[in-house]
Amino acid sequence: MNPSCSAFLRALREPGVMAEFDMETWDRVVRQARAAGLLGRLGALASSFSKHLPEAVWRHLEAALTLAEQQRRAVHWELRHLGRALERTEGPVVLLKGAAYAAADLAPAAGRIFTDIDLLVPRARLGATESALMLDGWITSPHDAYDLRYYREWMHELPPMRHLRRQTWLDLHHNILPETARRKTQPALFMAASIALADFPRFSIPEPADQVLHSATHLFHEGEWQHGLRDLVDLDALLRAYGAAPAFWPHLLARAETLNLGRPLYYALRYARRLLHTPIPEAAMANCPERPGHLATALLDRLFLPAFASAHADCRTGLSGPAAFMLFVRSHWLRMPIHLLLPHLLRKAFKADAK
Amino acid sequence: MALTLGDLSPSALRRHLARGLDLRAGAFRFLIRSHREEVARGLATLYPDFPLREGGFRDYHIRVDAVSGPRRWYRPQCNFWHDGQAPFKPLPVNHAFPLLEWGMNWCIAGHAQHYLMLHAAVLERHGKAVILPGDPGAGKSTLTAALTLSGWRLLSDEITLIDRDDGLIVPLARPVSLKNQSIDIVRAAFPQAVIGDIALDTHKGTVAHLKPPRESVARMDEKAPAAHIVFPRWRADTAARLTHHSKADAFIHAATHGFNYSLLGRLGFELNAALIDACDCWDFEYSRLEDAVATFEELVS
Repeated sequence: MNPSCSAFLRALREPGVMAEFDMETWDRVVRQARAAGLLGRLGALASSFSKHLPEAVWRHLEAALTLAEQQRRAVHWELRHLGRALERTEGPVVLLKGAAYAAADLAPAAGRIFTDIDLLVPRARLGATESALMLDGWITSPHDAYDLRYYREWMHELPPMRHLRRQTWLDLHHNILPETARRKTQPALFMAASIALADFPRFSIPEPADQVLHSATHLFHEGEWQHGLRDLVDLDALLRAYGAAPAFWPHLLARAETLNLGRPLYYALRYARRLLHTPIPEAAMANCPERPGHLATALLDRLFLPAFASAHADCRTGLSGPAAFMLFVRSHWLRMPIHLLLPHLLRKAFKADAK
Repeated sequence: MALTLGDLSPSALRRHLARGLDLRAGAFRFLIRSHREEVARGLATLYPDFPLREGGFRDYHIRVDAVSGPRRWYRPQCNFWHDGQAPFKPLPVNHAFPLLEWGMNWCIAGHAQHYLMLHAAVLERHGKAVILPGDPGAGKSTLTAALTLSGWRLLSDEITLIDRDDGLIVPLARPVSLKNQSIDIVRAAFPQAVIGDIALDTHKGTVAHLKPPRESVARMDEKAPAAHIVFPRWRADTAARLTHHSKADAFIHAATHGFNYSLLGRLGFELNAALIDACDCWDFEYSRLEDAVATFEELVS
């Protein structure tokens, strides 16, 4: 990672150092944090000693915190509406990622911004849930027949839905990995272990280990690297919060084995520790199921480390571009078998040309 | 004496712009980069009294330049970048200066959630700030320009900033944006007005900017308490006339025309309520600028 990015990472690791940053450092850190979607997070980390920050800088952090607080209110409000819309559908409705953190006020929620609400329901209940949402005013943006088939047959979610009046975006998932992905997991076990929310009766959130596993799976299987560092910061917050209890770690590893998500967990632990100095017991690293070999690890370091820094030009290195491209290819490789992937990419290429 | 933009020679200004001109407008510092002649000329005409800084923390790193690619030769275009991101669609190159102004407004309106931000002009006289919300076409900018050129202190033309800590109005003192006929009206009524280049056929029509008075810029760190909210409306052949505007309606108007009322949540409500409580609210009809200026003078005397 580029050295001009190091102050930003230090602020995330040991927030206290922010009180000592000079104005030149802040000039870079505020922009890097904004590009990475982590300005509000820095604000939350610094809020207890904001008096020791320069006023011109705190204004930006406080502004980002204000935005995050508005989004938290908006999600709570949206969940009340959704709870009513889904009152009569059967089965669990599990909140994922940002919506789960906001609804249950989990460790990553402080200062976090997000763009949509992610819901997970059993595949058998997908149609009924979608109908209930449509009756409540949620519509799918127009897609051609190919896109519809891509989502409905191959992916783990429906095309994004948007509420007609409130303009909120929602993703309805029925799995945490695409149907066509090489790696198979068991969404039924994931949903069965979810914890009901007292404040939002229609919803539940994944149990703590599953929160980590889902966030890791999302981060290392999707190609969305502009948010890579933010997702790693979520993982860091979860691991610091739950990891204080020694019993958490063996449970996390056992759960990774059961859900067949050992590999993404290993990456999450490796890069959270490497970039954010997350305290992770040696035994958890050593006993992680599906640890990759040394050669694979060395290769993936070359891809992942520059990609985590790709959100801001200051942090990019010469390798960020190629690394991001390789990861994009990797995410598709993981997502579908080659006989589906090649026609899919060709089609995307021609469609982009035709625009 | 701090260095101001007007202290730079034309060539020094262009050198600064090539590597980043560090300009302060009210509470904000902008690091402006541009190779466009329109931008250098606009800044030299309209911002000569604004202080320059060097190094340290800048609120917004912005750039206006020509778009590269084939469009460099065929109907060249320019764009605005905020820290490497381009939030707008490219415009013809001769709109580079208005694009810079809109870009600066965009930076503030989109990020400065530290303030309650109303879509309104605001001026000050005798220690009293008067806020002019105005729907497009209501003659708000013309009136703002006329007051600015009649001894009023310009606080802001587009964005009224209210400090969340003390409820006071925070000045920006940036140029007043004039559209279409108002450019000629202001020129005719105030021959001493300094107006920058005219940009034709923008999405807002013909646009030019009025230089803020030196005194407004010199006092841009002086906050002011709001005393009146005036909803202006230009109407042909009417005498200048103030009538009471309902406070409840003024509240709703400020809330719905604000940039971030709902984003601030409870704080937005409280700041807005305190503002409306502290102000007298008026509807104002006028046809002649000199009558309008006289009526405003009475309002704050």
